Amino acid sequence: MSVPEKQPAAVAEHHGHHEEPFWKKYIFSQDHKVIGLQYGITALFFLMFGFCLMLLMRWQLAFPGKPVPLLGGLASMSRLFIYGALLILAIAAVYLLRGRATGAVRGLAVAVVTLASVFLFVTLVARLLSDANAPGGIILPEFYNQLGAMHGTIMVFLAVVPLLVGAFGNYVLPLQIGAPDMAFPKLNMASYWCYLPGGLVMLMSFFVPGGAANSGWTSYPPLSNIATQGQTWWLFGMVLLITSSLLGSVNFITTVFQLRAKGLSFMRLPFFCWAQLVTSFLLLLAFPPLEAAGILQLADRLLGTSFFMPSGLVVSGQVLDVAGGGSPLLWQHLFWFLAHPEVYVLILPAMGIVAEVIANNTRKPLWGYKAMVYATIFLGFMSFIVWAHHMFLTGMGTSISAFFQTTTMIISVPSVVILTALLISLWGGSIRFNTPMLFALAFLPMFGIGGLTGLPLGLAPSDIHLHDTYYVIGHFHYVVAPGTIFAIFAGIYYWFPKFTGRKMSEALGKLHFWPSLIAINCVFMPMFIQGLAGVSRRLYDGGQQYAHAQEVLHWNAFMSAGAYMLLLAQIPFIFNFFWSMRRGEKVGANPWQATTLEWAAAPSPPVAHGNFPQVPVVVRGPYEYSPPDEDVEFLPQHTPQQA
Amino acid sequence: MEIPYTIDDRPDTGLYNAKLGIWLFLASEVMLFGALFSTLVLLRTGADYWPHGYEKLNVPLATINTFVLIASSVTMVMSWASLRLKDFRKHRLYLWLTFLCGLGFMVIKGIEYGTKFSHHLYPSTDNFYATYYTLTGLHGLHVVGGMVVILYLLLTGSRMWQSQPERFTNRIEVVGLYWHFVDLVWIFLFPILYLL
Repeated sequence: MSVPEKQPAAVAEHHGHHEEPFWKKYIFSQDHKVIGLQYGITALFFLMFGFCLMLLMRWQLAFPGKPVPLLGGLASMSRLFIYGALLILAIAAVYLLRGRATGAVRGLAVAVVTLASVFLFVTLVARLLSDANAPGGIILPEFYNQLGAMHGTIMVFLAVVPLLVGAFGNYVLPLQIGAPDMAFPKLNMASYWCYLPGGLVMLMSFFVPGGAANSGWTSYPPLSNIATQGQTWWLFGMVLLITSSLLGSVNFITTVFQLRAKGLSFMRLPFFCWAQLVTSFLLLLAFPPLEAAGILQLADRLLGTSFFMPSGLVVSGQVLDVAGGGSPLLWQHLFWFLAHPEVYVLILPAMGIVAEVIANNTRKPLWGYKAMVYATIFLGFMSFIVWAHHMFLTGMGTSISAFFQTTTMIISVPSVVILTALLISLWGGSIRFNTPMLFALAFLPMFGIGGLTGLPLGLAPSDIHLHDTYYVIGHFHYVVAPGTIFAIFAGIYYWFPKFTGRKMSEALGKLHFWPSLIAINCVFMPMFIQGLAGVSRRLYDGGQQYAHAQEVLHWNAFMSAGAYMLLLAQIPFIFNFFWSMRRGEKVGANPWQATTLEWAAAPSPPVAHGNFPQVPVVVRGPYEYSPPDEDVEFLPQHTPQQA
Repeated sequence: MEIPYTIDDRPDTGLYNAKLGIWLFLASEVMLFGALFSTLVLLRTGADYWPHGYEKLNVPLATINTFVLIASSVTMVMSWASLRLKDFRKHRLYLWLTFLCGLGFMVIKGIEYGTKFSHHLYPSTDNFYATYYTLTGLHGLHVVGGMVVILYLLLTGSRMWQSQPERFTNRIEVVGLYWHFVDLVWIFLFPILYLL
């Protein structure tokens, strides 16, 4: 983690920056690159944690009522070990980050940090299996509900969006537009420091009485209104996360409009920047209604209001003592007003990453760049008027359903435009099959499956059959997991040399890619089969009690085996990630021979404050690969035309 | 390498960074209050019985508050205009007046709330009061937030006038934009909650 900050002494002196104190350089940093890495590291942790919640669920689904293996013993371990490990980790990490350690002492410190981190992480997951949640290691239904709700929340709000926007957006966007930093560095820092407490609140909620939120990631009232106090923590965490993303989106939009380098007109922006810009608008305008909804639900829970509480609600045989007159559907509208644009928040930056990687590795310009840009803008607008296709079963009336299914069919068009443009971009290219490219290529069919299986869900007649079945789970996971998360991996492998000045190992990268691709399809493909057979989601026993599920029940063990394979497939990545920071192949500023400014105009890693040794002036479009009538292989955006 | 356009306008957008930033922030605020107003519309149209605001709430007090807040917007503009005319003393006078108007608004609001509480009318009473307290409460928080920033610019923040007068003027303009927006929210809240 210390590597990206190291600058040749000459460069640092040249810019007149003194050595900053530790806390200012790594903790309360205002440098977009450090904040990007803070976001990245934190979000990767949450990605792994959210994945572990899913592994616990998959154990329960495949082997209902059987104790979770291996972790049981750790759950009851004394807290002293945890505090001890935390202390040792902190000391060793600070020691390493100060960067003065050498030789064997350094190796020892690295080993200590590694062991302590792994130990703490496993212990954290194991402690979830407390007696209240899983006596004897057997997962209780209440705990299963917590796992489901928190897996969704953590993956969406704490892992994937922070990786796409907080990490890649923060790090790469200012570099691609030739800016010295974000427009508001202090806001940028504040954004991270709202995100981290939001995440910690979510984590801590597992350990309050009654456990974490257990009403699904959608938190539908009235169930969520009467849920245990974990739900209050969830709402409080969400308010922090929404504030964080609000600060981020204001910053991103202002940065793109105000800080573009001279000559970088909008139609010369790399597609990644366009994706980030539209995404920021979605975050800016779609999140506040959820914040409002969160405030209303907090009021319902803490002040006894009845915004979402209908009159005469009976819980466990008792009429609830509330004023009533509220509307549970109101929450659904406010929630999906955010949560549908959120889907495009999850996918647009991923498409942005894939577009960069594909243009770079096909060595030719993106096919239909302008069409992609207009499609993205159109998609952004449309995403605000499709939300109620999540609510066809609420009885809101056929004319409203007809409206929303029409808009939903319309919004699929720009998605297909972008995907098709990316696909045609491959045509006639001399493709380099490196690891980032493999992940980017896998994104295309995986997102394709995810997107196309969404169409039957967008049409009210077929949705009535498929609603809340495993088909839905399969659909959106194809979009987000082998879609977006593969794009994130592509981005990590692609920009890692920019972050650290070193490449990740190609061999380990391929060892990561192929097993991941196979395993992830083993996890999600059978969900379509189960869903079409009518197996509902959120079933604690995976459908054992249902006669219609018996035919497809055997897939549960298969999918779980796929999930554990997927875990194993991540080991090469995790090792590669940390190992390559110090030992990866050293590279220059532009190892991929890329045209965009972050590669062509800035060193790897970029200058600590200010990014560029010289202010770049842009003279051409973003993807001038293999230019005809030129004897060069690619033309960076900022150099003057060769004679 | 300094961040460009912190003080001067960027030629093609015609804005300095903070001005674009505050407009974007206000756009998100529109969505926040828009969602809450929608909530009110949905709950009210769906309710069997919903009282008229003037039957339950103190209209004269709220009318006074409306004028207090409008006055504060005028003084806010004057404060910024004085700064543009390099009259720092007048700027401070008007900014203090703005702050005091904000304070006055909150005091009157407090009296209003206090009377309601003394009659045992709480957010939990019914959805009429729930929306009333939530909307005015959130608006009140925005007023307090504005007052905190204004106070900062009156005290330690005002030193920037000596070192970077243009940047300080920009700050006052940005705070002013926010303050007018909070005002505008009240202009919608007052008739919808109290008069309809």
